[in-house]
Amino acid sequence: MTTPVLSLNNLKAGYGQTEILHDLSMHVMPNEIVAIIGPNGAGKSTAMKSVLGLLNIREGSVELNGEAITDTPAQKVIEKGISYVPQTNNVFVNLSVQENLEMGAWTRPHGVEDRLAEMYDLFPDLSEKRGQAAGSLSGGQRQMVAMAKALMVDAKILLLDEPTAGLSPKYRGEIFSTIQKIKETGVPILIVEQNAKQALGVSDRGYVLVDGANRHEGTGAGLAADPEIARMFLGGGH
Amino acid sequence: MWDAFGFEFVNFYFIPGLVLGCIYALGAIGITLTFGILRFANFAHGEIMMSGAYLTWTIMAILGAAGLALHPLVALIPASVLVIVLFLATDRFFYKPFRKADTIKVVMASFGMMLIIRSAVQVIWGPNQITFVPGIAKPNPTLQALTGDIGMMILMPNKHIWIFAGTIVLVVALGYLLNRTRIGKAMRAVSDSPDLAHVTGINVDMVIRATWIVGGICATAAGVFLVMDTQMLETTMGFRMLLPMFAAAILGGIGKPYGAVFGGLVIGLAEELSAYPWIGDAPLLSPGYKTGVAFAIMVIMLIVRPQGLFKGRSF
Amino acid sequence: MEAYTGYFLYILSLLTVGGIYAIFALGLNVQWGFAGLFNAGIVGFAAVGAYTYALLTTAESPFHIGGFGLPLPVGMAVAMAMSALIAGIIGLICIRLRSDYLAIATIGIGEIIKLILKNETDITNGPRGINKIPRAWEHFSEERFYTSWPMSWFGTPENWEAFFDGLPNWYWQPLFAGTIVLVVFIIYKMLERARLSPWGRMMTAIRENEPASRAAGKDVTRRRIEAFVIGAAIMGLGGALFAQHLRLIEPTNTFDPSKVTFLVWVMLIAGGSGNNKGAILGAYLIWTIWSASELLISGGIALISSTFDTLDPSILATRAGFLRMMLIGILMQVILQRYPGGILPEVRPASPKATKTTAGPTGD
Repeated sequence: MTTPVLSLNNLKAGYGQTEILHDLSMHVMPNEIVAIIGPNGAGKSTAMKSVLGLLNIREGSVELNGEAITDTPAQKVIEKGISYVPQTNNVFVNLSVQENLEMGAWTRPHGVEDRLAEMYDLFPDLSEKRGQAAGSLSGGQRQMVAMAKALMVDAKILLLDEPTAGLSPKYRGEIFSTIQKIKETGVPILIVEQNAKQALGVSDRGYVLVDGANRHEGTGAGLAADPEIARMFLGGGH
Repeated sequence: MWDAFGFEFVNFYFIPGLVLGCIYALGAIGITLTFGILRFANFAHGEIMMSGAYLTWTIMAILGAAGLALHPLVALIPASVLVIVLFLATDRFFYKPFRKADTIKVVMASFGMMLIIRSAVQVIWGPNQITFVPGIAKPNPTLQALTGDIGMMILMPNKHIWIFAGTIVLVVALGYLLNRTRIGKAMRAVSDSPDLAHVTGINVDMVIRATWIVGGICATAAGVFLVMDTQMLETTMGFRMLLPMFAAAILGGIGKPYGAVFGGLVIGLAEELSAYPWIGDAPLLSPGYKTGVAFAIMVIMLIVRPQGLFKGRSF
Repeated sequence: MEAYTGYFLYILSLLTVGGIYAIFALGLNVQWGFAGLFNAGIVGFAAVGAYTYALLTTAESPFHIGGFGLPLPVGMAVAMAMSALIAGIIGLICIRLRSDYLAIATIGIGEIIKLILKNETDITNGPRGINKIPRAWEHFSEERFYTSWPMSWFGTPENWEAFFDGLPNWYWQPLFAGTIVLVVFIIYKMLERARLSPWGRMMTAIRENEPASRAAGKDVTRRRIEAFVIGAAIMGLGGALFAQHLRLIEPTNTFDPSKVTFLVWVMLIAGGSGNNKGAILGAYLIWTIWSASELLISGGIALISSTFDTLDPSILATRAGFLRMMLIGILMQVILQRYPGGILPEVRPASPKATKTTAGPTGD
C-alpha cells in the first residue's frame, strides 16, 4: 500500500484549554482531492490548522509522506511542501498580484520566473492583472491569486479552507474547475467546504466531521448520494 | 513679488520648514515601519535618533583628535552600524520576550527603553549641550549668485543642501528596497498581514531584523541631520522629536513609508509656516507653540481619518 | 534628641511624598489596571491639578493670574475637575482607537500642557513658576489665613502668632503627612468599592474580552472614558497635593516626565497593576528606594571625590542621578519580563463573565 501524502492520526487538539478536535483521523493519497464537510463549529478549519502547527496538539500525530510533522512550526511545515490557503485575508492586499506570487515562493527562491509562467498558464485571468494591487481584485480573482500563491512552492499538498465562501455561483464553478486542473498537475488537495454538494462532486473522497471527530467517510459520489448526509448537510445545496 | 514676499518667505520659513520636514520624515519612516511590521508604537525611536547623533559626534571627535577630519555624513555610516546593533540588542532583550503577548506590553517596554537610553546618554556624555559644529553657517555662495541672477535669491547654507541630498538618496534607496527587492517586498507583506505572512512561510524574524536595520539607518540620519541643522547636541532632542514624528506617521498612514515622508514634510512645513506673519506683522502662532502644531494635526487626523492620508492601517 | 527629630522628619517626608505618588499610582491603576488604558502623560494631568490648585489658592500676585485666595479644599476640588475635563476630551477622541494611539496622544497632551504653562506667562508666570503655594496645616500660620475668617473667629492675630510661636516649626509635618495618608486611604476604600461593584466587574470583563462585552451590549467606549476620567481626577488631586508639598512649582523641572510619569508607571507595575493595595505598596516601596538611593549615592560620591580629587563631585552627582534613573528603567524591564503580576498580583473579583466562557473559539 502506498503511504498517504498527508495523514492525521487520532488527533486531539484545540486552542489553549479548549479542546476542539476530539478524535480525528483522515488521510490524503497521492493525486487525490479530499473534502472535509460538516456543520458549523465541527472543527473543519481547526483540523486544517492543526496540520500547520497553529494550535496545541494533545494526542495523535500528523504525518507528511510518512514523516511525523506533529507540532512543527508553520514556517517549517511550509518549507516541507504543505501549502495552505486561509479562508479570509488570504492575499496581501497592498502587494501586486505578481508580488503576491513571489511572496508565495519565499521558501523556494530559485526558479521563480519559471513557476510564475506556469501560474499564469494555469490562471490566465491573473496574467493580465499581474501589476495590479491584489486588494483591487474581485473576491473570485483574489481566491485565484491565493491559490496561485500557494502553488508557487512545488507543493506536495494543497490545503484550501473554504475557497468558495462568499463567492457568486459563477466564481464557485470556476474555482472548482481550477481545483480539478490543479489536481491534474499532480498536486493532491485537501479542501474544507460549506458547499458540500459541489465539493463532493469534485472530490475523490470525503470526510464528514461532527463535533471534532469523523462521523462518516467515503467516496465523493458515495457520500453525496447517502440520504442521511443529504438530510444533514446538503439540504437545498445552496 | 519676490522682494516683498518671496525672499523672506522662502528663505526664512519655507526652506527651514523643508529641512525640518526631512528630519521628521526620516524619523517617521522608522516609526511607521515598526508600527506596521512589529505592530507597536516605539517610544524609544527618538532616543535612538539622539544616540545616533551622539555616536556620530564621538566618532568625529575621536578621529578628529587623531588628525582625521570627517564630514558628519561619513561619520554617520559607522554610527548607524552601532545604532543598528543597539536596535537589534534592544529588540532581542526587551521587545522579543513580548512578541506573543499583548502589544501594549511592548509599548510599555519601549517606554522604559526611552528612559534607559536617554539616561545612559546622560551618564556617558553628560546632560549639557555639546556644540556639534561651531560657527555660523554661511549661505552657499554659488547658489546665492546663481539664483540672485534670475532675481530669486536663495540663501541656503551647505548643511541644508547636504540634508536635502541625503534625504533624497535615502528615500530613493528605500523605495528601491521596498519595491524591487525580495526582503523589501516581504516587509510590505508582513506589514500588510503578519498572520498571512506566517502561513506563507515568510521568515518573519528576518523581516523584523531588516526593519530594525532600515529604521536604524534612517533614525541615525535623522538625528545627524538634526544636529547638523541646529549645530547642537542635546539629550532632550530625541524626546522633542517624538511627537512630530508620530504625527507624521499617523498623517501619512501607519505602515506607509512614503506616507511618513509626506507626513514629515507636511508637519515640518506646518511648524515653520505657523510662525509666518500671515496676518499683520506678528507671527501667526508664537514660535513657542511649534510642537503644538504637530499635535494639533495629529489629533485632527485621529478624529477625522485615523487611517491616515494614504490609507494606512488603523487599529 | 535632635538626631531623632531628623529621622522622624525624614520618615514623615517619605510618608508624604510616597503618599502623593501612591495617589498618582491609584489614579493610573484605574486607567491601566482596571480599564487597560495606557496613559503616558501622567505628568500633564498632575501639572493641570497643581497649577489649578496653585492659581486658585495663592494670595493675589502680580506675576500670574489671580491668585484667588480661595479655600484649600475648593482649590483641590477644582484641580480634580480640570484634570477630569481634559481627560474627558482626550478620551472622546482616542479611546475608540487602539491603545497605542492613546499612549501617543497622552504623551502629546502632557507636552502640550507643559508648553502652555511655559508660554502663557501672563497666566502662569511661565518658566519662573508660581511660589508661596499654601500647604495644608502649615498655611494656618500664614498671616492671611489667621487674620481672616474662620480663624479670626477663634482668636486675635496676636493670639495666633503666640500660639504658632509656641509650636516647633515642623508642627505641620506630621499633620500634613497624616492628611495625605488619610487621602490615600479614602481613595483606596472608594476604589475597592468601585472594583467590586458591577461597574468594576464590567471593567474587568471589557479588559479581558472586549468583543464579547460589546456583543453583550455593553457600552465599552463609555465605560473606558469613565475610567480614564476618574483616574485623571485622582491624578489631578495628586497634583494639587504635590503643589502643596513643593510650595513652588514651575513647568520644566517640577514636571519632568521621567520623574513623574515614568516613576509612577514603575511603581504601579512593581506593586501589581490591577491591585489597589499593590499600587500603594509599589509607590511607597519605589519612592523609598529612590529616596534612599539618593542618600547612598551622595555618600558614595563624597567618598570617591575625597579619594580622587581630580573628579568634580558636582559632575559626579548629576551623572549619578542619571545612572539611578537608568537603573530604575532596567528594574522596570526586569519586573515586566520576570514578574508581570508585580508584588501583589491582581485578584479578580468574581466576574459574571466566568460563567459564560464555555463557548470557546470555534473551528470555522
